[in-house]
Amino acid sequence: MSALAVGMGLCGGVVSGLLGVGGGILFVPALTLVLSLTQVKAEATSLLAIIPVALVGAARQHRYGNVALKEGAVVGALSALGVAGGVALANALPQRALKVLFAVVMLFVAAQLLRRFMRTRRAAADTIAPDD
Amino acid sequence: MSASRAYKLAFTGTAAGLFSGLLGVGGGTVMVPLLVLWLGYGERKATGTSLTAIVVIAAMGTLLQGAYGNVDVVKGALVGVPAVGGVLAGTWIQQRIPTDVIGLLFAVLMIGVAVDLILS
Repeated sequence: MSALAVGMGLCGGVVSGLLGVGGGILFVPALTLVLSLTQVKAEATSLLAIIPVALVGAARQHRYGNVALKEGAVVGALSALGVAGGVALANALPQRALKVLFAVVMLFVAAQLLRRFMRTRRAAADTIAPDD
Repeated sequence: MSASRAYKLAFTGTAAGLFSGLLGVGGGTVMVPLLVLWLGYGERKATGTSLTAIVVIAAMGTLLQGAYGNVDVVKGALVGVPAVGGVLAGTWIQQRIPTDVIGLLFAVLMIGVAVDLILS
C-alpha cells in the first residue's frame, strides 16, 4: 500500500514541476484512499507535502530563469490571506452550487488555453508554409 | 510595476487564495491561467512563479492546520519525499517540450479538475 502512495507522490511531483501546481490533486487521494486519512486531515497533510515540492520546483525554475520572484511573492502573500476569506465563505455558501459554478469557469478558461494552443500551432504552420 | 499590473497581481493572488479556501483546489490551477492569459506571462515563467507563490501559501496553510492538529507528518513525508524527486523530473521535462504543449497539458488538467468538482 505504501508503494502505491509513494508512486502517487512521485506522479504528483511530476505534474507539479510540469504544470506549476502544488500536486495536491494526487496527494489528497493518496492520503485518503491509500493512507486512510480523513478528507480534512488529508488536505492539511497535503499542504505539508507541497512545501518541499514547491520549494525545490521554484528553485529549479529560478535557475532556468523562469521565476518572477517579486511578483510571485506578492501573489503568494495575498493568496495566503485569501484562503482565510475562502474558508469563511465556504461555511456560509452552498458548496454544491459553488463547485459547479467554478467548474464551468474552469472549462471556459480551459477553452481559452486550447484556443491559444491552436493559434500558436496555426501561426507556426503559416511560418513554415506561408502560401497555405 | 505599474498600478494596473499591481491590481491584476493582487486580484490573481486573492482569487487563488479564495478558491483554494472555498473549494480545496490548489492555488496553481487559478494562478497559472491568470498569469498566462491576463498578465502576459510565458507558460514556463507562469508555472515557475506559481510554484514560488505556492511555497508561501502552503507554508501558511500548514501552520494554520498544524495548530488544529490536522497535519500527519509521517504520511506527509511518505508522499512528499518521492514528490520532490518527481518535481525535479517534471521541471526538467518542462524545459524540453514546446511552451504551447505546456498550455495544452494545463487545459487538460483544468478539464479534469472541473469534471472532478462536478462529480464530487
